[in-house]
Amino acid sequence: MNWGVVIPLLLFLVIIFFIGFYASKYLKSSTDFLQEYFLGSRQLGGFILAMTMVATYGSASSFVGGPGVAYTVGLGWVLLSMTQLATGYFVLSVLGKKFAIMARKIRAVTLVDFLRERYQSKWVVILSAASIIIFLFSAMAAQWVGGARLIESFTGLSYTAALFIFAVSVLVYVIIGGFRAVAITDTVQGVIMFFGTMIILIGTIIVGGGIENIISDLAAENPDLISPYGADRSLTPVYVSSFWILVGVGVVGLPQVAVRAMSYKSSRGMHRALIIGTVVVGVIMLGMHLTGVFARPVLPGIEVGDTVMPRIAMEVLPAWLAGIVLAAPMAAIMSTVDSLLLLVSSAVVKDVYMNYVNPEASAKKVKRLSISVTAIIGILVFAMAIQPPDLLIWLNLFAFGGLEAAFIWPVIMGLYWKKGNASGAIASILTGVGSYILFHSFMPQALGMHTVVLPVLLSLLAYILFSLLTVKRHETIQEQVFQKLWSA
Amino acid sequence: MNQQEKRMEDPRYKIANKEALIGVALVVVNFILWYGFAYGLGSGPVEEYDYIFGFPAWFFYSCIAVTVFIFLLVIFAVKFLFKEVPLDEEDEK
Repeated sequence: MNWGVVIPLLLFLVIIFFIGFYASKYLKSSTDFLQEYFLGSRQLGGFILAMTMVATYGSASSFVGGPGVAYTVGLGWVLLSMTQLATGYFVLSVLGKKFAIMARKIRAVTLVDFLRERYQSKWVVILSAASIIIFLFSAMAAQWVGGARLIESFTGLSYTAALFIFAVSVLVYVIIGGFRAVAITDTVQGVIMFFGTMIILIGTIIVGGGIENIISDLAAENPDLISPYGADRSLTPVYVSSFWILVGVGVVGLPQVAVRAMSYKSSRGMHRALIIGTVVVGVIMLGMHLTGVFARPVLPGIEVGDTVMPRIAMEVLPAWLAGIVLAAPMAAIMSTVDSLLLLVSSAVVKDVYMNYVNPEASAKKVKRLSISVTAIIGILVFAMAIQPPDLLIWLNLFAFGGLEAAFIWPVIMGLYWKKGNASGAIASILTGVGSYILFHSFMPQALGMHTVVLPVLLSLLAYILFSLLTVKRHETIQEQVFQKLWSA
Repeated sequence: MNQQEKRMEDPRYKIANKEALIGVALVVVNFILWYGFAYGLGSGPVEEYDYIFGFPAWFFYSCIAVTVFIFLLVIFAVKFLFKEVPLDEEDEK
């Protein structure tokens, strides 16, 4: 076992546990368990809000998968990754104060709470809670597999043992600390990601003999590695631009990101988070993917993309520093998983159980249930991740784009278009998810764009069309919704 | 929508709507600059590229300079265009 690398990782886990215990104090003393456990009582300040947004969004793909692809494709992939810069400012400014204010008016704890009050429809709630549970459960399992593989690769432990360590670490702090623990650990993890990125980029540039040198080595190997079209010239401008929808603006529709846009304390915090979040996302995305490209002349001939990051870290940095840097992808995975775990639990407890199964549940019961549901989901994911079933892998392919196509319009139009109604929202969710799965299966990358683009457009059309067709039917309900959400 | 509804609307929403539009405007500016530099400077043959600090010029401008420019633009927008409003209900009526 490589102790130089393992010790910083262990240290990292210890810190994370302490944060869990710290946050659990708030949970014990809080008067409103649900608001605290699932939303941290809306107390997030600017820095923590920025970090938890970035860390939740930045997952295994930003730190392991992405740099691996950049290694093979070249600077064109960095160009594509920079479409993610928008996530730093777009989500918070577009959902913005309106979402925060409306969520407070109705005391919403989850995204589905907001949709329920906005549309007053059982079907909107059921469809959205179901999409969250199904898609995010599979996304979570995929991330656990990534986390376990990562531990396996530095420590030499077996996959199952690595998975066990990963699962226990995450479960403990999420269960005892809830949203507050998740947000604070996300912050620590985000800071590690930020500095880890800079250290590894600088290390790689030094070992590679300077930027000029590295670029000319790349150009000598294959000139297209330094063109915007990618090593085999397959990255067309249309395809690359379509990522602005998938990873730029579409992120607004991801429930795990959207829920953070109602968790902050004041508009001042939100302002700070806009700035910090944009800078952190910009630096991490640029730095990580650029490192992937620069790793090519330094360590030529790596076959498996996912191993580029760990190998370059161990190559260019002393072991202890590599350990710290390698905590970054670990942090990225954990900070995504913890948020998903809490979100899926909230969908089960708050959106399904308390809405339809037992609305009269006592506070004590809700508390016990929330904690046990989180634990059970964690254990289920663990069981699934030991040997992921094909269905899960298949569902995970749709998790990101499918959720975006489902939620982007019910949320955005729900906030900014008063005529939007339940029929529109239902049509939009069904069209979004349905057409995404169909396009993905039968016409991937239609018109040269990423598969997500057309479903997002179709679900917008469905939303508008069905809302306009059913204006009469929803007249009285819309009037009540207006009173509740819009009036001063 | 009729006049009466307009009068009753939460005044904070006016600010919120404006800020959402600023967010959209930022994305549009970001996209145009990113696209323009990348494919404006990078679509020629690689042998004819210019280099800045060792990077191909298209990459330097579209991925590094534009990113820094967007940082500044976001800071400017937040400091000068965004307004602080109380988020909680002041008084339950």
